[in-house]
Amino acid sequence: MSQISRRSLLKTGVAAGVLSATGLPLRAQAKKGGRLRLGIAGANTSDSWDGRTHSDSYMIMCAHGAVFDCLTEIGADGQLKGELAESWEASADAKTWTFKLRQGVTFHNGKAFGADDVIESLGMHTAEGAKSAAKPIISAITEMKKINDHEIQMTLEAGNADFPFLLSDYHILMFPAGQVDEAIAKGIGTGLYQVETFDPGVRFVGKRFPNHYKGDNAGHFDEVEVIAINDSSARMNALMTGQVDAVNRVDVKTEALLKANPMVTIMEVTGNQHFTFPMLTANAPFDNMNVRKALKHGINREELVNKILQGHGQVANDHPIGPANQYYAADLEQNSYDPDKSKFYLKEAGLDSLSVDLSAANAAFPGAVDAAQLYQASAKSGGININVVQEPDDGYWSNVWLKKSWCACYWSGRATEDWMFSSAYEAGVPWNDTGWENARFQELLLAARAELDSAKRREQYTEMQSLMSKEGGTVVPMYANYVDAHSSKLTNSGTTGNVFQMDSSRFMERWWFA
Amino acid sequence: MAGLLGIILQRLLLGIATLFAVSIIIFVAVNALPGDFAQSILGQGATPEAVEAIRNQLGLNESPPTRYFKWLLGAVQGDLGIPMSQALFQSFTGSSTGGDVVTVFDQIIPRLKNTMFLAGVSAAISVPLAVTLGILTALFRNTAFDKAMNVSTLSAISSPEFFLAYILILFLAVLNPVFPSLSNIFPGMEFGDRLNKTMLPALTLTLAVTAQMMRMTRAAIINLLASPYIEMARLKGLSPMRVIVKHALPNALAPIITVVALNLAYLVTGVVVVEVVFVYPGIGQLFVDSVKIRDIPVVQACCLIFAAVYILLNLTADVLSIISNPRLRHPK
Repeated sequence: MSQISRRSLLKTGVAAGVLSATGLPLRAQAKKGGRLRLGIAGANTSDSWDGRTHSDSYMIMCAHGAVFDCLTEIGADGQLKGELAESWEASADAKTWTFKLRQGVTFHNGKAFGADDVIESLGMHTAEGAKSAAKPIISAITEMKKINDHEIQMTLEAGNADFPFLLSDYHILMFPAGQVDEAIAKGIGTGLYQVETFDPGVRFVGKRFPNHYKGDNAGHFDEVEVIAINDSSARMNALMTGQVDAVNRVDVKTEALLKANPMVTIMEVTGNQHFTFPMLTANAPFDNMNVRKALKHGINREELVNKILQGHGQVANDHPIGPANQYYAADLEQNSYDPDKSKFYLKEAGLDSLSVDLSAANAAFPGAVDAAQLYQASAKSGGININVVQEPDDGYWSNVWLKKSWCACYWSGRATEDWMFSSAYEAGVPWNDTGWENARFQELLLAARAELDSAKRREQYTEMQSLMSKEGGTVVPMYANYVDAHSSKLTNSGTTGNVFQMDSSRFMERWWFA
Repeated sequence: MAGLLGIILQRLLLGIATLFAVSIIIFVAVNALPGDFAQSILGQGATPEAVEAIRNQLGLNESPPTRYFKWLLGAVQGDLGIPMSQALFQSFTGSSTGGDVVTVFDQIIPRLKNTMFLAGVSAAISVPLAVTLGILTALFRNTAFDKAMNVSTLSAISSPEFFLAYILILFLAVLNPVFPSLSNIFPGMEFGDRLNKTMLPALTLTLAVTAQMMRMTRAAIINLLASPYIEMARLKGLSPMRVIVKHALPNALAPIITVVALNLAYLVTGVVVVEVVFVYPGIGQLFVDSVKIRDIPVVQACCLIFAAVYILLNLTADVLSIISNPRLRHPK
């Protein structure tokens, strides 16, 4: 696979079948059949099949991971491949994209899939009054042109080399044109499993869709049942007693008990999910870069990974790009705990000591208050007095985050660098939780977005990560692993996706009973 | 009997007044919680504009009294409204999808049925058990058996329910897999399966309610054992068992019925924690989920159901104790 250059992959996507012909191992060993039962947290009584509303793991897994498909898909190995799109091609400025759609695909109700479905499904996100989280992606499309039933051309307002990547987003599902309302009500997609029963916030049962275009390569179970178990002890119990075959979001405090059970295997990947302490860089004293640097050297990242994540994570380096991103700069100089450096930077800032408030609540991330207290203890010897302000969980995101000068926060990360940066670090965007405005950073962001040359993009994104790490307004102490668990009877190809929990939410697609 | 009807009517009217008061308290309490539906549903994505848009849409910007009276007006006409989450979902689609709007009733009824089933199973186990144990402990009072029963039921009632639930899971699901720890029942399940899955939550509730009913039965009977007519029965040479079941029990019925009714009400309203631990899709779980997202119409409806169950069961208890007591049945 490595023979295919990243450049050619970026500019033109190739169908999964062609790629796997170059030697993806182990596929043939998958065993078909059986009934998979999952115990999944993140379910709500308000759940529906409308992809635009999805935000929690339960519906992402059922819709994106089982019943519906997107145009593109991020493989378990992190590479982009076609799902309902077979291949794609960009113009030199990355503004015009032509997608060839897979032929012979049918929805669960028998309707054939074609270009009209794509146009209507994408249009759902920009419909009058619709509040879709994917609106920024779709509203960048200025024109959608149907060339023929299986070819479609999209023109963007500005070049975006990541466009096919963005179309793999779990909100952007393909619905049957003209039947969208019915499809939302009943769950009619092109996915591997068709809906048998769906009781929002309680359970989903799906049956393998016969003659699916992914054939024998995916969707090995005859039937899948996804049980909503939001309570973490109940979920762990269900797995321990064999009531379910796999669960998401393992409680790291009880992980040792699961590990001791020979029937259970822990599945752990480091993805892009990261915990942060953003400072509003417009407010004193955080407007002073030396103060920010002093704070970055006042936190003991290893201690946080060990005590807050119980080791289920990785030290991060004050930028939001994670190990699951393509251009993650792993060999950047690490900001480390060093009280002398804190003192040095405080002196540079003209201060003997520093007193700051840090607002935290466990709504920001599990263990945020404890993490803030550890930060307080470690920063002390560098002359920094952190006053931890414990905030209420309710309304945290409305009343504390983006309001208080320094607080705790989390980001689940994004599939592409551009998406992550433009969500939270581009000048002027609403979620810019550090008020970060840096001319060089902004320039690189725009240049890299339209850059199709992968080597150049790597350089640009590395410089951006370095800029943020050195000068940025957020302290990112750690990446938190996705920790899930499954029965030892289950197995997969050996490669587990790290874009999201449960094998990038495609557990039902990629696993089987050995 | 006219007196009895009068009492029932009076109680029902009082009950309606109580429901009204409950609805005000709930409304004020939910509003006093920090955060509202718009903020909690948006979470980290709660930009001021988005919060404002949802508030406008759902009428959350109107003053609390206005919102309350709007709700009340609907409620007295039997319309408990649409869950906020559903109203919001309608707006997400941009156009109203028309037709099948999920109302609060649609959401609650299947859950209420499940909770009633659980309460029924628990009552079928706990009431006969408690009354039998009560009679037996009265019969063998101050023996080792009596003391053992008292200690064990009192420890059960003194432990928090989630603790009892985990103990039961440990012994009956993990160490000896007799019953499943997951009570994910669904419509169309066979009765046997359903019963099997409901067993652990039902046993937990049984442990939680048995003590009070048992001790009340025991106390009521022992109280009567000192009366002259029991003395007489004993002197006639009747066996102790016969004295208690035939002579003492009928006169002890009134207090027993009252305590049984109160505990039955608890089986419906006190299930919240138990349902969450066992993932039982009943009204308690719906209630917790709705409080979490501040979905006021659903929270209100759940509370009204809980309050109504209490009021009706109390009323039933009063009526039954009047019927069981000839002196009350035929007032002079």
